[in-house]
Amino acid sequence: MNEYITKICETGNIAVDDTILVKDAAATAGSRILEGFKPLFSAEAVTRLHEKGYTVSGKTATGEFGLDLVGEFSYYAPQEGTLKGAAAELVANGEVKAALGVDMNGATRRAAALSGVDFLKPTYGTVSRYGVISCAASGEQLGVYAKNADGVKEIMEVIAGHDDKDGTSLPAESYDYSIADVKGKKVCIVKELLEKADDETKAKVNAFAETLKANGVTVETVSCDIFDLANTAWQILMCAETCNNVSRYDGVKYGHRAEKYRNIDELYVNSRTEGFNFLTKTVILYGSDVLSKNRYKDCYDKSLRVRRVVSEKMAEIFASFDAVLTPVCSKTSYESYDMNEAFIKVFEESVFTCVPNLIGSPALVTSGVQLMGKNFSESTLLSLADVVERMGE
Amino acid sequence: MNYELVIGLETHVELSTESKIFCSCGGHSAANEPNDCVCPACSGMPGMLPVMNKRVVELAVTAGLMLNCEISRYTTFDKKNYFYPDLPCAYQITQLNHPICTNGLVTLKTSQGPRDIRIKQIHMEEDAGKLVHSGNSSFVDFNRTSVPLIEIVTQPDFRSAEEVITYLGKLKNMFRSGGISECEEGAMRCDVNISVRPEGSSEFGVRTEIKNMSSFEAIEKAIKYEAQRHMDAIEFGTEELVQETRRFDDVSGKTFAMRNKETEADYRYFPDANLMPIVIDDEWLEAIKAAKPTAVDEKAEQYRESGISDKEIDMLLANNKILRLLDDTVALGCNMKDTAAYILTDCMGILRKAGKTIAELDVTAENLATVIKMVSDGKINRNAGKKVLIAMIEDGADPTEFCKANGLDKQVDSSAVEGIVDAVITNNPQAVEDFRNGKVKALQALFGACMKELKGAGDPTVIKALLEQKLK
Ligand SMILES: [Zn+2]
Repeated sequence: MNEYITKICETGNIAVDDTILVKDAAATAGSRILEGFKPLFSAEAVTRLHEKGYTVSGKTATGEFGLDLVGEFSYYAPQEGTLKGAAAELVANGEVKAALGVDMNGATRRAAALSGVDFLKPTYGTVSRYGVISCAASGEQLGVYAKNADGVKEIMEVIAGHDDKDGTSLPAESYDYSIADVKGKKVCIVKELLEKADDETKAKVNAFAETLKANGVTVETVSCDIFDLANTAWQILMCAETCNNVSRYDGVKYGHRAEKYRNIDELYVNSRTEGFNFLTKTVILYGSDVLSKNRYKDCYDKSLRVRRVVSEKMAEIFASFDAVLTPVCSKTSYESYDMNEAFIKVFEESVFTCVPNLIGSPALVTSGVQLMGKNFSESTLLSLADVVERMGE
Repeated sequence: MNYELVIGLETHVELSTESKIFCSCGGHSAANEPNDCVCPACSGMPGMLPVMNKRVVELAVTAGLMLNCEISRYTTFDKKNYFYPDLPCAYQITQLNHPICTNGLVTLKTSQGPRDIRIKQIHMEEDAGKLVHSGNSSFVDFNRTSVPLIEIVTQPDFRSAEEVITYLGKLKNMFRSGGISECEEGAMRCDVNISVRPEGSSEFGVRTEIKNMSSFEAIEKAIKYEAQRHMDAIEFGTEELVQETRRFDDVSGKTFAMRNKETEADYRYFPDANLMPIVIDDEWLEAIKAAKPTAVDEKAEQYRESGISDKEIDMLLANNKILRLLDDTVALGCNMKDTAAYILTDCMGILRKAGKTIAELDVTAENLATVIKMVSDGKINRNAGKKVLIAMIEDGADPTEFCKANGLDKQVDSSAVEGIVDAVITNNPQAVEDFRNGKVKALQALFGACMKELKGAGDPTVIKALLEQKLK
């Protein structure tokens, strides 16, 4: 597969997903609508890495606006056969030390799980979103792919911390990513989520749990049925916000403009018809619908209330447990498929990943499983991942 | 039948801030070329985030305090979606659910007596850019995008065009003197909601909205035309009234219905996740209150009490610059009424003669106070004071140095003046004789001689008194 959309430096050690800006390098978010767009500045995370001596190797392919399963529907690098995430593969192959991706609807976490690398979706507001090609502003976070917990820690210590240029950035200058002893920690497995996965995936989760137990961690199974509700709510918010944020891609200012149009309406319609893929169009239509006058109260507004309920429910769980152990997706591999099925497929898979996006909490993918924690518990998640990763060495 | 007009107003006012509402671009009003004042944020490039300009919040709160509003302690922004090339993000950031100010009240002085107008709300929002058409092409200019605005929405409390114009004039004076807005041409735009009903009725008639007018003259004409159109429709059935949005055509003086497409859009409002809710705590609110300039009404009252005429008060309130000059000069210890006279009579007269505008008046309160004090302390006379002012306004002279350089301050001590008076008496025995013989005119000649010796610098009343005293 063709991982890089743009190669920037042969000796670079950090890959950057195409949803994140690197000054003067084409940035398209995998979409034809942004064809030829070159940003005038780099994302804050990229700038911070540069300042610490890291170099960007290149821009890696993502699915259009990160809306698909793992990156299969990039306009520039469509995939056939077994699906993989481009940045995750580069990290898995050891071609780069780490990569930056935007976690919006689980694509980055699924890609990490399929390639067997780590990906941290940090607590909302801890990493600047300045320079992220934004879709679902209320739940997306810039995160890190690395070979292991140590690698994630190294990059997070560079990129996290307050940024004036992002109004949602939290005030703290730095956060705790230290890897510590996990003896005595308590982890739970949510029965309802585990049941949605196939046997191979279940086995991965159980094996992870066994290793934790062997290291003095208590693991219990609990019942919690909010995940389907949380997923519906997040898909509604995500579609609405994405619909709104991609409205600016209209063929007027930059990116793709249709060759044929007779007036401004045709310029919009033709450019957007040609520029967006079917999955993005589906998201735009759903988003437009849930924001319309007649539907707002029952869809968007209700989802905001569900967001609060889920937040409270998760707080209850985190009052008793340090982390929740779950599958990342229902299967351990995917084959290419028709884009007409994409919206439903992603919807079904994001039941595992939606809660951290919905409520802003951190999630770490490691050894093909996911650890969710309360806000600012990255250090605990990394420590739990680290102890299992060391056992496997 | 007699009819009653029912009017509500939505007024957009551009705020006087150094930078735009969500980015650091500044100086759009001075930009010469299209797109001189834009950055990736206000031109809608991907990856940019809005960052709240706190000054906008403070000015909006100040405006709310001036209009006796309740100030929201928790205020949020929403996105209003529509496609138009002058709107780079295809949404406008505005406030729908939690506006910054609500429930205000202004009292108008009208020919029918005082009238209360309730303010429904004030909200903050960003302006859009503009399109420039040339031949078959259209171009976008984003200089104005994200320029901060407040929109002031009234209840339907106006009953005449006169009241509307009085209200707008009051807002303009208030916002200028309070540093909220310069209210220059086009910086204040109005949407007028209007309906007509039989006098005494409590039901509302069919309402139409006339969009986007900026001159008071147009607003007045539009209201009068629209009111007549409604009355004709009700009285004579000339047409069927429908609730719709209309525009006013300056040339024909008529209003026209706008296409439905432009007016019946669903703007799909929803909260802006990129901007955290703004919390205005006690400390911040108190600081804004403390910095708030005195309200126009209170100010006018102070001026009136000091003896300044109503006409002069109107002149002062109409221009923020001279208003500030007055207040600052008074703050330095000068008499209010005298200072107003120096500004409105002397300074304005000098400006007019020099063919300059108020904007070009480059006199500091410190310098003006120096001149006023030199005169009131008798160090120079009123005439010399005027000479100093002319030098200050025309050549940017420093008052103290100018007096020294031109010998205006030589006769400051009374002994010098006395010496000259004595010399004049000694040198003009005939005139002295005449005066003593009852020729009052002779005193005038002696006085003139003194003034000549003093080169116009002495205090005339002091000299006159000295002469009379010595000739007795
Ligand atoms: Zn700007």
